[in-house]
Amino acid sequence: MNVVVTVKQIPDPAEPGALDPDNTLKRDGKLILDEADSYGVEVGLQLVDKAGSGEVTLVSVAPNGEVSGLRTALAMGAAKAILVSDEAIAGSSSLSTAKILAAAIKRVEGADLVLTAVEASDGYTGTVAAQLAELLGLPSVTFAKHIEVDGSTVKVQRQTEGGYDEVEVALPALVSVTAGVVEPRYPSFKGIMAAKSKPVDQLTVADLGLDAGQVGWAGAGQQITGATPAEERAAGEKIVDEGDAHEKIVAFLDQLKVI
Amino acid sequence: MALSRIWVHAEALEGKVATITLELLAKARELGDTVEAFYGGADADAIAATLGAHGASKVFATGDLAGALQGPPVASALAAKIEGGDAPDLILFGTTPDGRDIAGRLSVKLDRSLLTNNTDIALDGDNIVVTAPIFGGTTMVQTTFTGPGPHLVLARPKSFVAEETGGGAAAVEALAVPDLGSTGGATVTNRHIEEATGPKLDEAAVVVSGGRGLGEAGNYQLIEDLAKLLKAAPGASRAIVDAGWVPYSYQVGQTGKVVKPTVYIAAGISGATQHLVGMKGSKNIIAINKDEEAPIFGVADLGIVGDVHKVLPKLIEALKARG
Repeated sequence: MNVVVTVKQIPDPAEPGALDPDNTLKRDGKLILDEADSYGVEVGLQLVDKAGSGEVTLVSVAPNGEVSGLRTALAMGAAKAILVSDEAIAGSSSLSTAKILAAAIKRVEGADLVLTAVEASDGYTGTVAAQLAELLGLPSVTFAKHIEVDGSTVKVQRQTEGGYDEVEVALPALVSVTAGVVEPRYPSFKGIMAAKSKPVDQLTVADLGLDAGQVGWAGAGQQITGATPAEERAAGEKIVDEGDAHEKIVAFLDQLKVI
Repeated sequence: MALSRIWVHAEALEGKVATITLELLAKARELGDTVEAFYGGADADAIAATLGAHGASKVFATGDLAGALQGPPVASALAAKIEGGDAPDLILFGTTPDGRDIAGRLSVKLDRSLLTNNTDIALDGDNIVVTAPIFGGTTMVQTTFTGPGPHLVLARPKSFVAEETGGGAAAVEALAVPDLGSTGGATVTNRHIEEATGPKLDEAAVVVSGGRGLGEAGNYQLIEDLAKLLKAAPGASRAIVDAGWVPYSYQVGQTGKVVKPTVYIAAGISGATQHLVGMKGSKNIIAINKDEEAPIFGVADLGIVGDVHKVLPKLIEALKARG
């Protein structure tokens, strides 16, 4: 079973985010593997393991040749990676990003399953999975909270507004996974050492046969016109519980007439 | 200026139109002259009255999808209609699982970019300008489309206020689904509803949410007990949903539900940006957390630095004593 997992390398979410003057996300610090993608990597590794053959291939897009996040996923056990890195990519819309990912995934031979996160932790457009499936001509099941493969059928529990649906689809297919679908493993020391020599195929947009006008700001079809600080919500009273804090809460609720 | 024609993705559960759909219809009426809905499913007749009462003159309906997920059939049907020359200026979706599936596939079929996660949609002359929160809602970004329409916009729930106009039932028109080729085939074999009994999370006047600070799954009972006393809906942070303590339908936040109740009580929740995005719009926020540096205190009107295992039982007793 061959699985392709899309992974994004993002600025550490623990650091406060910032925008560059052109309103793209500031990405000049160290980039890490988006935690949202670690679940797809883990699912892929487990499915390959269970099938007894095949491998996990990572596909990533980054404007500056960044590989540190990819190395983390390779250290978890992925076999190899394709990194599309090109300055022309900066400012890409979700559709342009999906076009780049789709062109890269088409280079992976014999892919049975494509896994993505539901949404990235930095941009969270949450639409790349569906766009990618459409570009690849694949059926898709998004928002998977549980996934298993039975022969050539994928069985997914898909989160819905009110609960979940059991969904079945034949391979090849694309599935987007939620956080919590599995517990991602920590890379072992052996894995980290092995990852250093695993192949990362670095490509440009031109290598993929895409026109530079289709990606980045040029191909975005959208333009950021402003970025302003949101109205701040002021913090109110903060007290340390001395055993009677519940009385404060009751008084607060009373005053709001909800009790 | 107004747009001449806007389509709205209608979602419904068991014959009841989703609140997000009614919110989108209200916004669409403000922005456009003609507002029409589209629906992937068999029971369009059952929801036509509600859609009409909220301003939709028509509803284009695919009919029974035989269990297929909405993305491929609805996107294909809309693309065929648009390519046939019957196109709106703007198509609105909720930032929901099915909304994202349809919008994503449609954006490829039409080769149009889309804009998601918006909390406002406005017109600047002929341009559609949308606003989306980034960095956990600390910065608002305005974006406009540069290419030709129809434009695809997804809005977050609770961004607009649903309002009835008193219109008659929307006229149901058939929306033909073309052959889906290799993209069809994902089929729902079983549905499970896991919503808590009592008030709905996104409609309740009071919401009581629990997080990792509760320590273990069994302690979520404290949240349920408190919620019952306050006639509140119980909610949760992503951490305890991922840990399997409560179902996803309880989740408040970016990837869960957006809530704006009169009172939001966060117990044992640190306040990751993920969570703040979903509850910051609450009118009053009470936070209980043992870490006085927890970000949740930055948005709390009443912050209690304390142990939820001590504060919650006393609060429950005090409320019971009041009868």
